[in-house]
Amino acid sequence: MKIMVVCGNGLGTSLMMEMSIKTIVKNLAVTADVDHVDLGSAKGTVCDIFVGTKDITEQLVAQNVEGEIVTLDNMIDKAAMKERLSEALTKLGAL
Amino acid sequence: MLKKMLTEDVIRIHESAENWQQSIEFACQALLDNGAIEPSYVDAIFRSHQEIGPYYVVGPGIAMPHARPEDGVNRLSLSLTVIKQGVNFDNEENDPVKLLLTLAATDSVSHVEAIQQLVELFMNEEHIEAICNASDTAAVRSIVEQY
Repeated sequence: MKIMVVCGNGLGTSLMMEMSIKTIVKNLAVTADVDHVDLGSAKGTVCDIFVGTKDITEQLVAQNVEGEIVTLDNMIDKAAMKERLSEALTKLGAL
Repeated sequence: MLKKMLTEDVIRIHESAENWQQSIEFACQALLDNGAIEPSYVDAIFRSHQEIGPYYVVGPGIAMPHARPEDGVNRLSLSLTVIKQGVNFDNEENDPVKLLLTLAATDSVSHVEAIQQLVELFMNEEHIEAICNASDTAAVRSIVEQY
């Protein structure tokens, strides 16, 4: 399972989400490779799940990236993050 | 780490800001004053907002404006700005923004520890509220010192 966190610059907010997501997948006992990337590089990236805030995921949808897209309202609410990630992981059969 | 980076000279409190643009200018001023960033860094923050939107609003009331190392960062730094009355960033879920943490990173690894502690701080509602309601920079500093 490869999870890619996407943000505008690929070093601030995505890093923030990446840290939380690493904790979440560990707690869910899912083996996943979590990394982050900037929006410009996301299109060519092969992965199972893309995660980002609304501004970012809207553009991922527009770019037709291949993979599940998980949209977050904010990067601090770990409970919502876990819920939405779990949905995507279930859909992909990893949970 | 936050304790070391967020010294009182980079903590600013403003009663209000006319709009999000002015709040970004406020939030970058301390780092311009101490030479940590160049004016081009502020321009880059505006540019990425224009291109992508307010994606750096990280949670309810909190924004973390930043651009890339090559946009004009002289050294790894952070600044903390409170806009007491809040300002709208057109980010429905998280407006109004009252707390801005400007991040200036020199590469993609040296700021990891700072980000980890920022996440901890952002998740502590009590501390965030105390910072947003602080009457002076010393009061903000007393909370930051715990990180």
